[in-house]
Amino acid sequence: MRASLGRYSITGLHQGSVGLRNYGRLLQQEALPTVIGNTLIWVTVVVAVTLLISLGLAQLLNGSFPGRRLVRWALIVPWAASLIMTSKLFVWLYDYYFGLLNRALTVAGALALPVDWLGDDATVMGAMIAVGVFVSLPFTSYVLLAGLQTIPGEVYEAARVDGASGWRAYRWVTLPLLRPALLVAAVLNLIYVFNSFPIVWTLNDRNPGFAHDTMITYMYKIAFKSALRDVGLAAALGVVNVLLILLAVLGYLRVARWREEPA
Amino acid sequence: MAGGAGLIRRAALASAGLLLGAALLAPYAVMLLTALKPEAELRMTPPRLLPATWRPQNFWTVLRDPDFQSWLTVSLVVAAASTALVLVAAVPAAYYTARHRFPGRSAFLFLVLVTQMFAPTALVVGLYREFFELGLINTYAALILVNAAFNLAFAIWILRAFFASIPREIEEAAAVDGCGSAGALFRIILPVALPGIVTATIFAFIAAWNEYIVALTLMTDANMRPLTVGITSYVTAYVQHWDLLFAASTIAIVPVVVLFALIEPYLVSGLTAGSVK
Repeated sequence: MRASLGRYSITGLHQGSVGLRNYGRLLQQEALPTVIGNTLIWVTVVVAVTLLISLGLAQLLNGSFPGRRLVRWALIVPWAASLIMTSKLFVWLYDYYFGLLNRALTVAGALALPVDWLGDDATVMGAMIAVGVFVSLPFTSYVLLAGLQTIPGEVYEAARVDGASGWRAYRWVTLPLLRPALLVAAVLNLIYVFNSFPIVWTLNDRNPGFAHDTMITYMYKIAFKSALRDVGLAAALGVVNVLLILLAVLGYLRVARWREEPA
Repeated sequence: MAGGAGLIRRAALASAGLLLGAALLAPYAVMLLTALKPEAELRMTPPRLLPATWRPQNFWTVLRDPDFQSWLTVSLVVAAASTALVLVAAVPAAYYTARHRFPGRSAFLFLVLVTQMFAPTALVVGLYREFFELGLINTYAALILVNAAFNLAFAIWILRAFFASIPREIEEAAAVDGCGSAGALFRIILPVALPGIVTATIFAFIAAWNEYIVALTLMTDANMRPLTVGITSYVTAYVQHWDLLFAASTIAIVPVVVLFALIEPYLVSGLTAGSVK
């Protein structure tokens, strides 16, 4: 308990050490607009694509079929595996010369020439987003699956009596009832994806500068890696990041409250 | 339910599931297969999926590597100690909030939930300064404290749910039989809440085991790095031991996945605490 409260004093401490001048300097950083743009793209696309795919996955896993247990176990693997190890693994799969992705795509005829996924400015963000979605799917699917399982079967029978079935039943019955779970999954993903460090850090490792960094990796580079080595500036950005998360958390609490348990 | 249509539906679902499972596992299969290749085969163009010569010795090389042994030690110590710390703090906190109403109780629970959202990532610069001033850079204590702090929230929520589901009457019956409240806690409540305690333990252990950014920042000494940070030194700008990197990753990932599968049924309710039931 003390440790969880202690964290606030840590935030307080780094807020206290930052003068307003650091914020002024932060606004003058040339890379800032790029980094904010990257963060927006990274968070929006990963969360949106993850939610869309997870809706399908949850629906699939909610059905009964032979081998469902095995599929659920497979879904766990990217969730349980360390993010940094999964990221390194994708660096290897994306490799220009030795990566199996280029090999598979050229053999299948989808690509005429291999692509340097992580070295080409046009593809690196897409490559990172794909990994971001891959590791976010398990948790999101599980949340939506939990949501689906709270929908009683009678609702569907009633819908069938009223003549709604298939897609119409899904659109007008399932989706509205799934709204709370969807919102929770969206807000939690927003927070997790915004905070995500290892994927961007590892996959973008080769590229100099800040052209593909998000606010989190940018902050880290300012503090510990770049020529700047400026903890004060990084802390200013850190405070901005914390405020953004706080905003998302407030959103989460609003969403969560309407289903709060009575006890 | 028409038999034929139902059968086709089940077959379609099963094949979709099979495809999905394959897609999810494919990258990790490549990891394992690469770990089993001799080093020369890594630089073959075009690359092959299967090793031409199988080389399980890579796993022995990694296990005998003194660097790997020291990373493993750090990971084990940090994960075990922070998990113990989490349990010591979370069990009483969860039990108390599940059994008693006190002013500020729901505020406390929300506060705990909010701390779960502030992943260490956004705070890492502040954490570095804090531990630097305390002289705790490169110590076990630093990593243990941070991991414990960040895993406490989930542990409290999941344990509280388990404690709350145990009927009060059991405790009352124990009191009638002459069992004190401490006795009731240890002899009755804790054994009944065991699945919850196991879940919280495994989750906290895995989260600490997989933690990367705080370890990367606070453990600058090569001998004090945990596995997640250490294994990245198998592949740098200067050396490229992908075979060893993946052998080490496999060793680190497989036990964790098995543990995770054990607690799978309880995870979602804990992580989305109170909102999706």
